[in-house]
Amino acid sequence: MKNVSRIIPCYSADTSGVCSALYELGGMTVTHDASGCNSTYATHDEPRWYDMQSDIYISALTEMDAIMGDDEKLIFDVVSAARDRAPAFIAVCGSPMPMMTGVDFDAVAAEIEARSGIRTFGMHTNGTRSYIEGASEAFLDIVREFVTDCPKGGLGVRSPLNHEMSQTLQRPSPISDNIGVNILGMTPLDFPWRGTMDSMKRFVAESGFEYVSCLAMGSSLDEIRRAASARVNLVVSFSGFAAAKYMKERFGIPYVCGVPFGKKYAERVKCYLNWAAEDKECDTVNERGGEPCDIVIIGESIGAVSLASALWHENGTHARVICPLPTDREILADYDLTLSAEEDIERALHDLAPKTVIADPLYRYIVPRGTRLIELPHFAFSGRCFERDMKDLIYCDIPF
Amino acid sequence: MNKRSFVKPPSKLIADTDVREFFESGLEYNTPARGMWNIVHTGMLVPKAHQIFACAQGCLRGVILTAAEMFALDRMSWISVSEEDMFDGTLESDIVDGVSEIIGKLPERPPVILLYLSCIHLFSGADFGSIIDELSEKFPDITFVDCYMTPTMRTTISPVAKMAQQLYAALGPLPINCRSVNIIGNDRPTDEDSELVKIIRENGFALRDITLCNSYEEYLQMSESFLDLTYFPYTYGAGEVMKERFGGEHLYLPNSFDYDTIKDNYSRLCAALEADVPDFKEDIEACENALEKAHDTVGDISVAIDFTAVSRPFELAALLCRHGFNVRYIIADSAGEETAAFEYLKAERPDIRIFAAANVNMLNVCHEPHELVLAIGQKAAYYFATDNFVNIILNAGLYGFSGITKLAALIEDAYLNKKDRKTVISLKGFGCASCLTG
Repeated sequence: MKNVSRIIPCYSADTSGVCSALYELGGMTVTHDASGCNSTYATHDEPRWYDMQSDIYISALTEMDAIMGDDEKLIFDVVSAARDRAPAFIAVCGSPMPMMTGVDFDAVAAEIEARSGIRTFGMHTNGTRSYIEGASEAFLDIVREFVTDCPKGGLGVRSPLNHEMSQTLQRPSPISDNIGVNILGMTPLDFPWRGTMDSMKRFVAESGFEYVSCLAMGSSLDEIRRAASARVNLVVSFSGFAAAKYMKERFGIPYVCGVPFGKKYAERVKCYLNWAAEDKECDTVNERGGEPCDIVIIGESIGAVSLASALWHENGTHARVICPLPTDREILADYDLTLSAEEDIERALHDLAPKTVIADPLYRYIVPRGTRLIELPHFAFSGRCFERDMKDLIYCDIPF
Repeated sequence: MNKRSFVKPPSKLIADTDVREFFESGLEYNTPARGMWNIVHTGMLVPKAHQIFACAQGCLRGVILTAAEMFALDRMSWISVSEEDMFDGTLESDIVDGVSEIIGKLPERPPVILLYLSCIHLFSGADFGSIIDELSEKFPDITFVDCYMTPTMRTTISPVAKMAQQLYAALGPLPINCRSVNIIGNDRPTDEDSELVKIIRENGFALRDITLCNSYEEYLQMSESFLDLTYFPYTYGAGEVMKERFGGEHLYLPNSFDYDTIKDNYSRLCAALEADVPDFKEDIEACENALEKAHDTVGDISVAIDFTAVSRPFELAALLCRHGFNVRYIIADSAGEETAAFEYLKAERPDIRIFAAANVNMLNVCHEPHELVLAIGQKAAYYFATDNFVNIILNAGLYGFSGITKLAALIEDAYLNKKDRKTVISLKGFGCASCLTG
């Protein structure tokens, strides 16, 4: 059965995707749930929880609230908390029980916004989908709401913003002629929290681009407000894909899908970014040798395709991707597979008989005996189990 | 601390606190203190049990990674539930089919399967009984236990209390053994040095406790005991169910810090065992000496106690105050069965400040400036940002007079020796194996 797993975990759910995406933006995110969503998120899906506080809460839904359909309690509690916390915005997420009772989160959000005066988003999560879908919706809402059109060019932040500066950021003007770049789809669910943004900024700077913002690790909401000043977007996970498409349509900013893993592939990502900025075409940096493949990479689509391409550029090895998460087929190669059930992935690995599998360590249980497993911990899969072994492969030598 | 004015303040003086309702309910924050056990940790206590969870992905994630962190993924499987599954008429059959498929893939047949359904199943009226019946018929060599991951129903019965009951659901009736006593519902063994254990053992009774069972057979023997003891509020129901099912006697002997209550507990135990009540004069003296020594060491340092450390934080606070400790903060949302201790503190120490455990305005408390605090419990350690803390969850097996003596020593040690707070409190399930260490 497709929904059964004997031993491997499931990926983070949509509610965690929303919380992770919005974590650093100064908003307040509330999951309408009894308790499990927030403790699971805070324990297993959020490495920043101890060191960086964020207004992420649950509604503490009870049996009677659910049976009586007491949405007023949720609205009242959110408005009350918003008065105490003064967030920049509010996001209210659904979980399995509100799915059952049919809570209208758009209506709830509108009511909260009317009473609190704070922009409020109703998120259409229900705890049964993946983090990609939740983060994707959250990023799209942020871009729609807070990014406004402005002159193109680099608008890099070269010193910390003070309050006065932040007040003038609605209509900024460019400060350099370099190509401004946004990073879209960055969360600790897919990338190591510590170090990743340093590597990414180094790549951006040494490639001659101007860093504008990152949606959403290491950037403030004010930085993201200026995202439309960029001339190209770099989409580093499928979580950022919907926001990239919106920005292409709304602001004419093209996007490139790819994570600049390794040195040679990073050089290709740089070329694609320049081309995209020039001719406004969108593309995925998917450059591989084709079949047959000795290696299978299991993971999030854009990250896995980038790693496969990086391996081909670095040492000529051919890799196939198995993507167990939502994606757009255009991102993958024809011979890549989209499989999510344990039994399907196990069978595919058996049938393909690769020499090497690159995947999270908890895939070890279904990797065929005799096949080499290169462990690449993925926080959205194994949580904090292997956090200390997570590898930052951005713009550096790939160790395998 | 907390000088700012809030719509829902996270703390108040005990003098201003009504025992019937400490704080108004609202949104809740989750601290990064992870020592409390959840239903996965508890289920793992049943020897050789395999756990199968049927629920939405968001709920599954927490339970699966609990098992992963404690190196027990091989004892856990799952069936995910989608939105469509809830409405297409296959709710029960999907679970039966999924469990059957999982059993077929297991390397060996478990004697018992703990099958957990979630809030959405109960809310949609899933027929859990028919699921268990069908599976039992299909796999007669396996005992299926209905278990519940239902936090939405926590005001009716908390998942932890329900799990404490279901831990023993696989037991079958045995002839009553008048020389066998159970301790029911606990996550960890009761300290062998406690008077409770000594009274049972020294009077020639066998002590059975799921935390001491090394085999499934040993676990099954628990139903023969003539006496079931419980000492936490959340395990009381489990004791009552055991009494109902197997006809033994149930004694609730609350894990108290009040000398008279402890003596009363032991009198009732001895009466049930038809044993002489020991003279506790030396044990009480040992308590007094240990508390005095601890107080001499820690002096006037502010003390904070949280409700996860001990089941009766107000009684502990009262005991410490009576012995000169400067208890200033208690983290708790209610007084539970400790009304007397609460009222004593309210009268004698009105300056004690009560903190709401999950109030949204607790988010930044850990960054607020305050004096050095000695904490008892992980939440207190986190909120008061102190590395001087007693790392215990739910009394950590300590009980009675010896428990007080040992806790006094732990308080002294916490004052003298700092702990790596972030590492220690991040570990899930106090006392469980963890892949995060080593």
